[in-house]
Amino acid sequence: MNMIFNIAMKEIKSFFVTPMGWIIIALITAAFGWNYFIGVNNYFEVMSGAIRPAERVGVTIYVGQTVYGSASFLMLFAVPLLSMRLISEERRQQTLPFLFSAPISIIEIVLGKFFGLFAFLAIMVLYIFVMLSTLNIWADIDFGYLIANTFGLFLLVGSFAAIGIYFSSLTSQPIIAAILSFIFAVTLFILERYFASQPNHWFSYISLMKHFQTFSRGVISSKDIIYFMLFISTFLVLTIRRLDADRLRG
Amino acid sequence: MDGPQTDIFIYNTFMTKTLKATQLTRRFGPNTAVNNVSFDLSKGEVLGFLGPNGAGKSTTMRMLTGNLAPTEGQVEICGINIIEDPKLAKAKIGYLPEMRPLYKEFKVNEFLRIAAKLHNVPNKKINESIDTAMEKCGLTHMRDRLIENLSNGYQQRVGIAQAIIHNPEIVILDEPTVGLDPIQIREIRKLIKDIGKEHSVILSTHILPEVEIVCDRVQIIDRGNLVFHGSIEDLKQQRRGNKLLVGMKKPPTLKKLQTLFDVVKLEKQDDLLQIIQFKSNDIDVEAFIKASIKEKWGLFQISPHITSLEDTFVQLTNQ
Repeated sequence: MNMIFNIAMKEIKSFFVTPMGWIIIALITAAFGWNYFIGVNNYFEVMSGAIRPAERVGVTIYVGQTVYGSASFLMLFAVPLLSMRLISEERRQQTLPFLFSAPISIIEIVLGKFFGLFAFLAIMVLYIFVMLSTLNIWADIDFGYLIANTFGLFLLVGSFAAIGIYFSSLTSQPIIAAILSFIFAVTLFILERYFASQPNHWFSYISLMKHFQTFSRGVISSKDIIYFMLFISTFLVLTIRRLDADRLRG
Repeated sequence: MDGPQTDIFIYNTFMTKTLKATQLTRRFGPNTAVNNVSFDLSKGEVLGFLGPNGAGKSTTMRMLTGNLAPTEGQVEICGINIIEDPKLAKAKIGYLPEMRPLYKEFKVNEFLRIAAKLHNVPNKKINESIDTAMEKCGLTHMRDRLIENLSNGYQQRVGIAQAIIHNPEIVILDEPTVGLDPIQIREIRKLIKDIGKEHSVILSTHILPEVEIVCDRVQIIDRGNLVFHGSIEDLKQQRRGNKLLVGMKKPPTLKKLQTLFDVVKLEKQDDLLQIIQFKSNDIDVEAFIKASIKEKWGLFQISPHITSLEDTFVQLTNQ
């Protein structure tokens, strides 16, 4: 447990000693801020205009949809860029023996790296929550909706991170890891769109988007939590197995 | 007190063997990289692991440190099996692989702090152990430099510092002097000797004089097999061998010599000196000198013909 924390701290540190971490945080938060700004602006235009009272929605949902909708999409780009170096850079610099010869198990290495990345991503997810909470200063907002969305976004970026760390363990070229995990995540994310006509096809069941949508409606459902948990653990187990194969196969 | 705990206790207290490798074998597909290698290491000993490129040195070291699973055989670190109880065993090893594993984006002390934490150094002792390791490796004035910006030799010191930061029983260094300039090599060798006073050290190299300078014991590995195992003295004995380097003004013929001694070969080194190869290793030099005076060969120089380390090495690895 302690070692998982130590590895996670190492990863967080290495995000911040290179410009990459700062640049991505800056770009992403700027994009969130912009969406928030547009959401608030449009709300008044739309809601004060021709729209019928019955179709009007609350400010939380209106702005929330704008921001969270874009957040899931932006994270699709951001996570592979952050996750690409996690293991492939260690392969490239041949630093893995440093971790393998320390008294740490491979499970701890992988979990440590995962939680390190997750903690970094959590900064951005919590940032959105705080940003949207500021609406409460002049409106009475629906915190339940925000919490459900935050929760969903946590699970979604966790899934992206798990995909990213797995593809990072396959190659010694970070950029290839980034491209592969991006393609894979996008495919899973939008799979549902292509099967919109057959909502019961198993393809649409494995789509990340379908399960994320529950949360974005403000519903926390155990079915979807289990789906995301299974998704994350699957890729972490695959990563552990891949690293273990290094030791066994050489 | 009974069971494995007691065994380990007894082992640590009464045995001085820190590492024991038994019949280590590693195959990569059809290729056998290391074949049935057994050896052990005593406390406070520097063991030189010698062999040509691709002999299986690095593979052996990776198995000793738990970086690679052996196909067959066992590794015991202070009585703890590294496959059955890797965490406990790995805590007692410091390892510097051939490609030094440094996170170059960190500063020296930041990196050593990570290394200390990952090696279970208690929080209270981390600062102390970082300072000790830096002092031993002569890095104290480089503590706030980015590893990336350090010279090759200093990076190597950081590599050694991370291997000794948790004060391990065994330090395993894979070709620590490759790619360094002669002055740096000297400094690193001195450092290794110092480390050898407190820890058991295994050092792999393909540079022969290095072994002679630094190590107490040598083992030579070739194509995965252990071909020589013994002290430096044994290796020197091997070098001295069964040849005499003799200068004579009127040298006898081989036939004449063979009537007097068990001589195998007589060859000319140059115009003045001959190399006489005897059958056995203990040559009766006195008898030879007496004979030369009696037969008036005009002896003016005689010495054991010491084969160079390279020759010994070639001899051993060609068997």
